[in-house]
Amino acid sequence: MTAALWYALAGVGLFALGLYAMAVHRHLLRKILAFNVMGAGAFLVLAGLARRAPEGSADPVPHALVITGIVVTVAATALALVLMLRVREATGAAALPEDRPD
Amino acid sequence: MSDPGRWRVRDPYPPPGGRARALAIVLVLAVAGGLGYALFALPLQAEGLSGAVAGRIAQSGVSHPVTAVLLNFRGYDTWLELAVLVLALVGAWSLGLPPLGPEPAPGPVLDRLTRLILPLMILVAGYLLWVGAQAPGGAFQAGAVLGAAGVLLLLDGWRLPRGLAGWPLRLLLVLGVAVFAAVGVAAIALGGVLLQYPPGAAGGLILLIEAAATLAIGVTLAALFHGSRPEDDP
Amino acid sequence: MTLLDWAIDGLIVLALLWVAGRALSSTDLFRAVVLFIGFGLVLALAWVRLDAPDIALAEAAIGAGLTGALLLVALARLERADREGPTPPPGEEEARREDSSANECK
Repeated sequence: MTAALWYALAGVGLFALGLYAMAVHRHLLRKILAFNVMGAGAFLVLAGLARRAPEGSADPVPHALVITGIVVTVAATALALVLMLRVREATGAAALPEDRPD
Repeated sequence: MSDPGRWRVRDPYPPPGGRARALAIVLVLAVAGGLGYALFALPLQAEGLSGAVAGRIAQSGVSHPVTAVLLNFRGYDTWLELAVLVLALVGAWSLGLPPLGPEPAPGPVLDRLTRLILPLMILVAGYLLWVGAQAPGGAFQAGAVLGAAGVLLLLDGWRLPRGLAGWPLRLLLVLGVAVFAAVGVAAIALGGVLLQYPPGAAGGLILLIEAAATLAIGVTLAALFHGSRPEDDP
Repeated sequence: MTLLDWAIDGLIVLALLWVAGRALSSTDLFRAVVLFIGFGLVLALAWVRLDAPDIALAEAAIGAGLTGALLLVALARLERADREGPTPPPGEEEARREDSSANECK
């Protein structure tokens, strides 16, 4: 068990946490938080695996992919938040129609 | 928002029943188990692409490997990522949220802090942009600091003047994608393929692209925070 | 790997999982967002431990800072919507105006 594998497993754990929260919670803001945590888990797997390179020379290509991913995630989160606010405005509740108890 | 005790939005929906939740847990554990097994099946030491990057970094125009990968070897991905940022803003604007509305007068701490820190943030952004060629830094980090400066300005009550809200703002927003496209297409005109920087000028071209991208990212992030089109401000 | 390395890595991973778990399981959305910002900052520490200072810079600024600001603004708008009660969508007036001006252009 190296440090790289340890962080990669942590990434899998975060991904699982986010996946469960995304499936179970109905409020859209909680789904958005869960989606961000899933993304963070995926990035941890990428960067963890990148550290398997010999000492002092971490693989830079996954690092570039993760930076790209972080920026794309913030753009998607911003759009998702605006969508959530529009859903709230249009239907009166911040949840998808099939998720509402009524 | 003047009474912080009242600012509590709760999730009103009850959690799902026992069977649905148990099913979700089982499925998620199965996914996690599969991913964990795949991780354990990988070798513990793997050079990956670090050797390939180290071999070509002298030709890339910069000396920091992550910047070389972002702006040269995988420049196409970065170009499309800048386009994704613009697309997200277009999507957010087209949904037509009402504007944030007139701020209550910012408190003295926020006001003083903003006026004090803003020039420092611009300086830090410029430094991060410059140092990205040799050390950790680059366009995205610098653009993020500029975006945070924009957020501070918006929180302090500043709004974009009417005259700048039209095409100057749009120009800044697309500047990153546009400069990248111009450099890439100019490379074709000089006899290469798309985004094939001429070997001697690669460093200067990367700095040019990064400068445009920094401005674009900063303005886009601040605009995403604002949420509505500047023309809609009262 | 020294014991100190293991201790730091272990603590960071445990903190990540714990803070993420608390953030995702909190029904008070303000607390969830604040815990998420804290999660982003611990994640920045994890990037430093993984020899990824570029990612750490980007994560701290964009992942924790800007995403946190976006979430807080969305939360404030939700609270305002809850306070004001149901209102007709403000886009309606604009849509009617745009429709009539588009007809004029033809």
